[in-house]
Amino acid sequence: MEPILEVRHLHVVFDTYSGTVQAVRGANFTLKKGETLAIVGESGSGKSVTTKALMGLVAKPAGHIPEGEILFDGKDLTKLSDKEMQKIRGKDISMIFQDPMTSLNPTMKIGKQIMEGLILHQKLSKIEAKKRAIELLELVGIPDPANRMNQYPHQFSGGMRQRVVIAIALACNPKVLLADEPTTALDVTIQAQILELMKEIQRKMETSIIFITHDLGVVANVADRVAVMYAGKIVEIGTVDDIFYNPKHPYTWGLLGSMPTVDNEDEKLMAIPGTPPDLMNPPKGDAFAARNEYAMQIDLEEEPPMFKVSDTHYAATWLLHDDAPDVEPPEAVKKRMKGIAKGSISAGRRIDVE
Amino acid sequence: MNNDKILEVKNLKQHFQAGRKRIVKAVDGVSFDIYRGETFGLVGESGCGKSTTGRTIIRLYNATSGEVKFNGIDVHGRKSKKDLKQFNRQMQMIFQDPYASLNPRMTVKEIILEGIEIHGLIEHEAAKTKRVEELLETVGLNKEHATRYPHEFSGGQRQRIGIARALAVDPEFIIADEPISALDVSIQAQVVNLMKELQEKHGLTYLFIAHDLSMVKYISDRIAVMYAGKIVELADSDELYKNPLHPYTRSLLSAIPLPDPDFERTRERTIYDPAQHDADNAKFREVKQGHWLLCTEEAYKAYQVNQSFGPTPSD
Repeated sequence: MEPILEVRHLHVVFDTYSGTVQAVRGANFTLKKGETLAIVGESGSGKSVTTKALMGLVAKPAGHIPEGEILFDGKDLTKLSDKEMQKIRGKDISMIFQDPMTSLNPTMKIGKQIMEGLILHQKLSKIEAKKRAIELLELVGIPDPANRMNQYPHQFSGGMRQRVVIAIALACNPKVLLADEPTTALDVTIQAQILELMKEIQRKMETSIIFITHDLGVVANVADRVAVMYAGKIVEIGTVDDIFYNPKHPYTWGLLGSMPTVDNEDEKLMAIPGTPPDLMNPPKGDAFAARNEYAMQIDLEEEPPMFKVSDTHYAATWLLHDDAPDVEPPEAVKKRMKGIAKGSISAGRRIDVE
Repeated sequence: MNNDKILEVKNLKQHFQAGRKRIVKAVDGVSFDIYRGETFGLVGESGCGKSTTGRTIIRLYNATSGEVKFNGIDVHGRKSKKDLKQFNRQMQMIFQDPYASLNPRMTVKEIILEGIEIHGLIEHEAAKTKRVEELLETVGLNKEHATRYPHEFSGGQRQRIGIARALAVDPEFIIADEPISALDVSIQAQVVNLMKELQEKHGLTYLFIAHDLSMVKYISDRIAVMYAGKIVELADSDELYKNPLHPYTRSLLSAIPLPDPDFERTRERTIYDPAQHDADNAKFREVKQGHWLLCTEEAYKAYQVNQSFGPTPSD
């Protein structure tokens, strides 16, 4: 599959009164055509800021991108002016936000909100735009779309509102769809519907999706590939099977271990102790070291590079270094990895990173 | 499980007037008992009335009708100020939103001490400080945190402050209304582990309200599933997961995404259609020891005949 979006060594910083927050500290990843890449991590790990950077929505002047490239369609998005970015935003790259209660304009009929982008980007006439908006509402499964067009957001339930937000995001047939926790505010049954809808639309329109969430169940459901983010960096990236059945980074182990399984009520959940580091003064070495029971001396001194586990699977942990002791994931994590025999698991090998 | 009931809820109704003619029946006749020392899970979608049930039990709302007995005494009956105070001390609540449930203008110490002072539990200033430090330690914070304000804490830490506040007055029973929904997965595990630990140490009883079924299953001994103001099914948590009888419970269970890609690829979702059964004639019946179900007379009889509970009861 050809890459559609490439993020190279992306840094995003925010100037605050008390200092500079390094929200994203060198993220590298590629999004391929038609795939869903899930980015997981705790709040504050930089996953939302990464997508905001992709949309050119990093709040200026406090936030800026001192380093790195976002390559899309032969252009580096970080170098574009606001005007140029406006032409891409909502057209080629669009976004679904977490909270359907606040991402719609409460004083505007939803029909008008969907037509806005169509008239602006596609240069459709009002009548054409209206026709297309009705089609879109139908596509996202809203019954009686012609009448619903004339209603306001408060007349919709949470799940229906999120469908409207998706319709707006899809209006201009974007190549890339960024979904920032699109189902977190919804009930499980509604969540299941929205996830099914997104997958169906992806099949029909070949959209590439970046899906941000902290729910690993949702990740297993939607993702083709998964990037695990911690303290502004991607610490492990691989196919969904790599991450769930052969996780290598202790942080990924922690995330998996803190999910209850169906038959473990007697054992304690494997919580990750402590909280993520303060990104105003990121720690020296591996940012996860302070919460990592497998941390070695080197973790406190030097940042681990990305080690190659397989062609699709990379992880940034010193545990994969040739000189590191063999460490097995905790029992609770092994239990979650079990039942699925995945052929040969190759040992990590160091690769060069720029 | 012992038979010592700490809470008995009988046919509890909470109706709200919405506009002149419309009445919202948020809770419409729910009955259940909670035994001392257990964790009772209450699950359902938003708007099903689970939070209203919790809030009515602790008397944040005055019930429309029905009865709530706590330690054998009617919560909603007339009470002297002294009795009410005593009741408030025994039953505490942890709220969903750790951002909205702590007063931003009070320090952590003031927040935790408020209950202690209202109930006059500790007199000396030094003893109060000691108690606050003790409580902070219990919930995994440290004593330096006492002088700080809520905005200086993360969501998980705030939820710990909320727990410390609830524990301050030594309650017997805690209503936890979606205590972890606003938190990250790893932090959720921390808070759930903490709640379990505290339960063992202090012999607490929990009413755990949530929509996240996997966590509820993990923490609860028994679970009640609510739909549209009614409890549709109630059973031991294992039984409920292994042998869900109500079609709504089945649809809820089938909608939970599990962290296993192979499973997710083959997952099939059951969709609940309330029209598929006769809700008007349904009553809450015990179809099997400890397993209650909202069902019609015919469905009930069918279960009695077929005790093995076939794969698809068609009620």
